[in-house]
Amino acid sequence: MSIVQVPVTRIPLRGKRSRGRSVALHATLVVASLIAVFPVFWVLVTSFKPDARAVAPTIRLFDESSLANYGDVLSGQQGDFLAWVANSVEIALLTTVIAVFLSATTGYAVSRFRFPGSRKLLLSFLVVQMFPFAVLIVPLFNVLLTLGLQGTSIGLVLVYCTTSVPFCTYMLKGYFDTIPGDIDESGRVDGLSPFGVFWRLVLPLARPGLAVTAFYAFLTAWGEVAFASAFLSASDESKTLAVGLQVFVQQNRVEWGHLAAASILVAIPAVAVFYLVQRFLVTGLAAGAVKG
Amino acid sequence: MRRSLERHWYAYAMVAPVVVVLAVLVLYPLVQGIWFTLTDINESTIANPVLDRPASYSFVGLRNYLNVLSGDSSFGSFWSTLLRTIIWTASCVVLTYGVGLGLALLLNRPMRARALYRVLLILPWAVPVFISAFAWKFMFNSQFGVINQLLGAVGLGQPVWLGQTDLALVAVVIVNVWVGVPFMMLALLGGLQSIPADLYEAAEVDGATPWQRFRDITLPGLRSVSSTVVLLGIIWTFNMFPVIYLVTGPAANPNTRILVTYAFERFFSGASRDYAVASTYGVLILSVLLVFATFYRRALRRQEAFA
Repeated sequence: MSIVQVPVTRIPLRGKRSRGRSVALHATLVVASLIAVFPVFWVLVTSFKPDARAVAPTIRLFDESSLANYGDVLSGQQGDFLAWVANSVEIALLTTVIAVFLSATTGYAVSRFRFPGSRKLLLSFLVVQMFPFAVLIVPLFNVLLTLGLQGTSIGLVLVYCTTSVPFCTYMLKGYFDTIPGDIDESGRVDGLSPFGVFWRLVLPLARPGLAVTAFYAFLTAWGEVAFASAFLSASDESKTLAVGLQVFVQQNRVEWGHLAAASILVAIPAVAVFYLVQRFLVTGLAAGAVKG
Repeated sequence: MRRSLERHWYAYAMVAPVVVVLAVLVLYPLVQGIWFTLTDINESTIANPVLDRPASYSFVGLRNYLNVLSGDSSFGSFWSTLLRTIIWTASCVVLTYGVGLGLALLLNRPMRARALYRVLLILPWAVPVFISAFAWKFMFNSQFGVINQLLGAVGLGQPVWLGQTDLALVAVVIVNVWVGVPFMMLALLGGLQSIPADLYEAAEVDGATPWQRFRDITLPGLRSVSSTVVLLGIIWTFNMFPVIYLVTGPAANPNTRILVTYAFERFFSGASRDYAVASTYGVLILSVLLVFATFYRRALRRQEAFA
């Protein structure tokens, strides 16, 4: 399997489903869909309520609802939201670029060339997947302190590369495997260097695979909580979204309305992009995993 | 050696950047992390160039391991935390796999509005985990949360979900299952669609019951996908940090403490920035996972040999 779509083999209707079973099937799926959607819907409803109304003793869909929370969040009255967005975008983009570039060359080499150590390399990528952040958090903190990068976004980008690069390499290897080797050979016959083949022929063909990998690397960095909480400096404007939004959740008082509005602002673009790429993402993930 | 270099130099050149990155950012830190577990490093003994302070931690042998493995509560009650981590992982993975497989089977038949259901059911995956965690924390609010208000409306009890009881663990399991089902469902759906339809037809001609078809065609057909997603699910859940940290935090709740969150607590929280114990937990977590993965792979291979 690979990042190309799995052909849909429809199972033919086995007779006609009885009316009762059909109702049960749809009822189950409707309930499941409600459970899947409700938390998001509830945050959306809450995002229009003032903080005090978000936790009212009776449930109401609308309660003094307005766009005030969104105004407060965007204008920076409640936490430095725009700075968090900028930080998250910067960190996630840098991670993505570095991870995809590094993993493309390696993924290609591992996919095409049988060289001593290639299997061990692949295996080590798998093992790194298993690393809990707890193993690396102290030494990475130490490395960043030594380099003077502790508390900076560059430091965090380096840290995220430790998880993204092995995973992206694995996924891209799976994708390169699906590109026929004949293409490489004819490129070589036409006088291209090994690197030329990779750069001019294979990379353009692998564009869908690269896109999925990039998306994955981006999302991983975008939503990471533990390293971001531990390694970014305490000042409000240096936080990422995942850390910044915690500002709304104080020990004794939670600004639910503002938190909800900020959450919706973060979730909407994520959901939109996700919707566009989800079918590729699934098969790509399954591919990398199944091949191992 | 020289000939091998000559033959493979371009492969090595292409791999080199990643090897360097992995060596500098994973291998070296890993070795250093293991070394830290044998020292008494903490916030005041780590080298800090900003304060112009050299490292002053010293070698303490296996003291950290002895402290942690003694199960003492001032070192995170290792054994009961491990047990809780296993309960947490097992219940999350079983529920996620079960629900995911059930939904995948339902979605894998022709019917009206199939695509719509699929999109709606994927939604939890699209929402960043930290947002989901906040949403559930809000819904679990004991007085004003929508869950308890609904329970009250139908005349049921209104428990304090996120208090200092085991109910908090149930709550975070619910959240994690909600977060994890879409991935399972889609991966299994992909697996179901790769099972040739004529197998089912042949079975039906032979008079197999739906249950027999499920047991003898569907489950074996899903084996490779299942074994992978279950292994991934176990590793991810074992190391799952944001759900627990954000739903029950910022003050850590000992009833939802798993190994990873405790390591973070030790590393990060207030007075006890004990980097040595945090590292010790990290190494122990990794050892547990490595042992588990080895057995898992071996069990799978044996299963395949029998099949």
